Amino acid sequence: MYLNFLDFEHPIAEIEAQLAELRRLKESGEPVDLEIERLARLSQETTQEIFANLDAWKITQLSRHPQRPYTLDYIARLFTDVEFLAGDRSTADDPALVGGVARFEGRAIVFLGHQKGRDTKEKVFRNFGMPRPEGYRKALRLMRFAERFHLPLITFIDTPGAYPGIDAEKHNQSEAIARNLEAMAELRVPILSCVIGEGGSGGALAIGVGDRLLMLQYSIYSVISPEGCASILWKSASKAPEAASTLGLTADKIYALGMADEVIVEPLGGGHRDVPALMSSVREALHRHLSELVGKTEEDLLAERMARIMHYGTYEQ
Amino acid sequence: MSSKGAPENRPRKGIPEGLWTRCPGCAAVLYRPELERNLFVCPKCSHHMRIGARLRLEWFLDTDSTVEIAAGISPVDFLQFKDTRRYRDRLVQAQKTTGERDALVTMTGTLNGAPVVAAAFEFAFLGGSMGSVVGERFVRACNTALEMKAPLICFSASGGARMQEALTSLMQMAKTSAALSRLARYGVPYLSVMTDPTTGGVTASLAMLGDINIAEPGALIGFAGPRVIEQTVRESLPEGFQHAEFLLASGAIDLILDRREHRNRIGRLVHLLGSSKPT
Repeated sequence: MYLNFLDFEHPIAEIEAQLAELRRLKESGEPVDLEIERLARLSQETTQEIFANLDAWKITQLSRHPQRPYTLDYIARLFTDVEFLAGDRSTADDPALVGGVARFEGRAIVFLGHQKGRDTKEKVFRNFGMPRPEGYRKALRLMRFAERFHLPLITFIDTPGAYPGIDAEKHNQSEAIARNLEAMAELRVPILSCVIGEGGSGGALAIGVGDRLLMLQYSIYSVISPEGCASILWKSASKAPEAASTLGLTADKIYALGMADEVIVEPLGGGHRDVPALMSSVREALHRHLSELVGKTEEDLLAERMARIMHYGTYEQ
Repeated sequence: MSSKGAPENRPRKGIPEGLWTRCPGCAAVLYRPELERNLFVCPKCSHHMRIGARLRLEWFLDTDSTVEIAAGISPVDFLQFKDTRRYRDRLVQAQKTTGERDALVTMTGTLNGAPVVAAAFEFAFLGGSMGSVVGERFVRACNTALEMKAPLICFSASGGARMQEALTSLMQMAKTSAALSRLARYGVPYLSVMTDPTTGGVTASLAMLGDINIAEPGALIGFAGPRVIEQTVRESLPEGFQHAEFLLASGAIDLILDRREHRNRIGRLVHLLGSSKPT
């Protein structure tokens, strides 16, 4: 695969370019095996070094990496018997929020997830992964569907946030989000959420309230984008790196604050560098948590979820 | 955020200062005592000025009937959040300016004799933003309503989630909505009154979940702010966009009620919903 490198990965990109050149020469019979071996090792070491010291802003960039697996990639690789179910039954189908029914490790489940686009055309079609009210309402419909058929709900979170558009407001996206938060608090099936990329504010939370929250190592979750926070509090979007650090939006910080249940470690260089390895980690974690959840009585499940939600917050008495 | 109200007219400790106030709606110069008798609604043009949480609840509930709930809960700067200023310093200043510990005031009391629980956001406290204290106080108000089997009425005025509490503030949306879901399960009525301005995470949680959604006339209500939307869609916004009347027309709210009618009309609704003894 042709890799796409972020600015801070420049040293790795340079080595990889040299490696590509050597591999081409090797094809034409040049004796370059030793040099290839040396550079491959160097590339590995450089990557380790760079990834050992990632700050919040670099992780933010990784969470938005153009080659990062999206919801549909997880669905294709983790689930079988997949049927996508469309529409909010009233206005439209929202391609930025996909959902359906499938089988995961032998068990029938309902899935939901934000979907971003790869190329320009698909990005526009998916509205850059920003759901509209129709998307949240489709999600609510599928939550109720899951409840009716006693199917656990698995959600994949990857959105810059709710869509700041005229129609989105006109169709009352506030209510659409709020209604999902209310429904998920007492939905009578297990809800397992995984932040795979960007967890952007209300648009993320609208499918993110439940029994477990898992985060990939290079995913983020925040009340506001670093850029948005910087332009409000610092009056300058260029302060986004500072805002990212202050907001503590990385998986390890959120885990430390008790809001994420597990951080799923990604392959060296980020999940996109070794998708099969990433998928295998995610599969294992989802399966483990889901097995725990389906073993609970409905009463315990709901009581524990309510207690978990009520626990959010730090204050003095 | 709405630009209504010149800075000198902004409520401080809930009450605009000075003997004369210029109406931000019609520019009429108004005599303070008369304005106050009129609940800070302009007697000339009915423009609803922003008012403080405590003043609003004192007006709304029967005189001498109120008992504050969860007053002892205070905010903490648990992330040592610092942008151009420390969150801790912002808190101290907001507390000094408003006389409140945080942006939500919750009380029990009676409304025309019927027991109710009421909550009001203090917009002058960090833009009425919702952090841990607002979330917890709202939940305790819900729990009190549940125990008393009394209706809950919440007056919102907020810029949204409190950024200085980062993801924890986002989770207050989940928390307040979950408390309301419990209230709904037990059939305890919840009336949400959105006042100017109600935006962001507060709109997308507790404010829009009313069994009855009410707005004050002219109030700005929405999720994304108008400026952000304008920058995103790169076109000018429709006339009256995100104002109470627009929301009524587009089906988001049940009714618009003039502040001066709140006690009577909300009191009557509460009676109709049957959670209070008829007087």
